[in-house]
Amino acid sequence: MIGIGQELKICHLYPDLMNLYGDRGNVIALRRRAEWHGLRPSVEEVSLEDKSDFRRFDVIFIGGGQDREQKLICLDFQKVKGSALTEAVEDDAVLLAICGGYQLLGSYYQTGEGERVPGIGIVDLWTVAGKKRLIGNVIVETDLIEGPGPKTVVGFENHSGQTYLGAGLRPFGKVVTGYGNNGEDGGEGVIYRNTVGTYLHGSLLPKNPGVTDFLLRRALLRRYGVAELKPLDDMAEMRAHEAAIRRAKTKAY
Amino acid sequence: MGLRKILAIWTAKLAIGVSHLFGRGGSTFPGRLARRLAPGLLPVLAGQLPRGVVLITGTNGKTTTARMISGLLGAAGLRVVHNRSGANLITGVTAAFIAAADWRGRLAADIGLVECDEATVPKAVSELSVRVLVVTNFFRDQLDRFGELAHAVELVRSGAARLGPDAKLILNADDPQVASIGREVGLPAVYYGLEDGRHGTKEMVQSREAKHCLNCGEPYVYGHYFYAHLGQYRCPKCGQERPRPDVAATHVELLEARGVELAIRSPEADFTVRVALPGLYNAYNALAATAAGLAVGVEPEAIRRGLAGVVSSFGRMEPIDVGGRRVLIALVKNPAGFNEVVRAVLGDPDPKRLVIAINDNYADGTDVSWLWDVDFEQLATAGDGIDFIVTSGLRAEDMAVRLKYAGVETNRITVEDDLAAALGLALKRVGAGQTLYVLPTYTAMLGVRRVIAKMGYARHFWQA
Ligand SMILES: [Zn+2]
Repeated sequence: MIGIGQELKICHLYPDLMNLYGDRGNVIALRRRAEWHGLRPSVEEVSLEDKSDFRRFDVIFIGGGQDREQKLICLDFQKVKGSALTEAVEDDAVLLAICGGYQLLGSYYQTGEGERVPGIGIVDLWTVAGKKRLIGNVIVETDLIEGPGPKTVVGFENHSGQTYLGAGLRPFGKVVTGYGNNGEDGGEGVIYRNTVGTYLHGSLLPKNPGVTDFLLRRALLRRYGVAELKPLDDMAEMRAHEAAIRRAKTKAY
Repeated sequence: MGLRKILAIWTAKLAIGVSHLFGRGGSTFPGRLARRLAPGLLPVLAGQLPRGVVLITGTNGKTTTARMISGLLGAAGLRVVHNRSGANLITGVTAAFIAAADWRGRLAADIGLVECDEATVPKAVSELSVRVLVVTNFFRDQLDRFGELAHAVELVRSGAARLGPDAKLILNADDPQVASIGREVGLPAVYYGLEDGRHGTKEMVQSREAKHCLNCGEPYVYGHYFYAHLGQYRCPKCGQERPRPDVAATHVELLEARGVELAIRSPEADFTVRVALPGLYNAYNALAATAAGLAVGVEPEAIRRGLAGVVSSFGRMEPIDVGGRRVLIALVKNPAGFNEVVRAVLGDPDPKRLVIAINDNYADGTDVSWLWDVDFEQLATAGDGIDFIVTSGLRAEDMAVRLKYAGVETNRITVEDDLAAALGLALKRVGAGQTLYVLPTYTAMLGVRRVIAKMGYARHFWQA
């Protein structure tokens, strides 16, 4: 059993640059739920030029950003952080990457003009700029969520990049409503070791407590070898989850 | 004017009458109809204005700034056509001009005043004889409509690039992205900005906008932050910096709820203005309005009188009497604006009673993620200061979760999707003389207005 007050180190990567569409809600959710589970979370913000050993973190988070910011980050990865972050991922640190952050995990992003902007290459995926912007509410089904709760994940996608996964890689979930990675193959996001990449904003974690607990469990297993989390009162969260499903199914706009 | 255009005006005027009859003040239908019947109508109408059009865009403050400009133009004796209904797409602008024209298509006005969102700027510039373009600020707002903030900036820039050679740009010097437009468009620009360091902070609070040099990517160094990312910035690497304001507020007095007072330095004169709207962001609005007034040749004395007469606009903290209870409605549409509203609510010493109504229709922004960028944690620290919060609208449940994660005690939160039921529920818990704050997104605000009108209060809302 997890002892009361055990620490959980959260790293918020580039909070000043990658912060589109309320993605910081994911850090708020990780911190709150960790507290409610009796853990002692701390959040460290890491930005450009900071060189960190990312293996000391339990959960690393990176959100979405605008093109200009994403280019700055690419440079920072190449010059400063790339190898340290790769080591942490290979060491099974939990990493959650949303939208632009998700695209950066891959080997490249190909712009509309055919230019290939390199990513970090942690995960075997790549993104190609599409003609149409993929926008709307999304419902995804995933087998990663444990317990009696729903296996659905809800969120909002807003991307023009179309992402493709390399052979043998699993998507984070299967699209029920929405576009997902590319609007073609029915996959949404990626799961690789303890790294989850996804296009879902919303913010993702608050309305999907099962996903938050999945990430926390993986982090605790890695650090403490055990990961029993007691169930929490998720009534408010589940109501929002169900409302998002209803909203996704009524194409009102 | 050709017969086709006259006919379009008549049809649209009838449609406007009909849509008012059904209580839809903000309908875009009449404008759309007129544009279909006579595509060249708006340029012909606007072309009649001897002093052209003042166009206002930017994320926050454009409605308030437009009201201030309208006030000072009126004080200068000018007759103004103004699209004030809040439907500020080009169809709404067309409808406003038609409503102001007579049945023969003659516009009895001297000057046009048009507020529009960033995406509409290129179209507005091409159809209206714009003499002055005011750009207030760029914050993230309903971004799923434009894709990215950078794209919104680009739209304004391309619109500005198409202005005539005698047009003037009025730009907020304190916002790096706004000021950059002046550098890149070859037109004379008038910059406005705050110079009173007493209101600056050394730390940036509650903003998630770009803080990196638009020229070279190095983080800006700020002397002061005034409001979110607005402030006195400089790039330590390439030296790009805030332009020196031509129209500057050298002293700003915050008179709490009574408003703000500004000492203004300008090439024309040094003078003082006062406006009865509180908060530093209204100092920015008043400054933008002053700069616009000076640009169209309004005397400082008329500016002073005009601004003094501005009262808070509908939907922005205007109290309504509902059976002896005060209902204050404040439109919320993006994180920076929402934070200001929350701060204003927390300034009330009484226990706070709130309805927060979040819709995710197109006009609200279909992505509710932005709620996570609002600092509701401010509310949680009020503790017992919060009596209750009813969340409502299509995304009532999301709002409730946001409050829970902000640390607001869940027994103070009630979820009621239906707006009428939510208002009823809340009003039952508000005593005589007490205040209910209603914070809706745009389409939720239209719903709130309908509900309150149906209850028999404030029937002719949209005319306010
Ligand atoms: Zn620079």
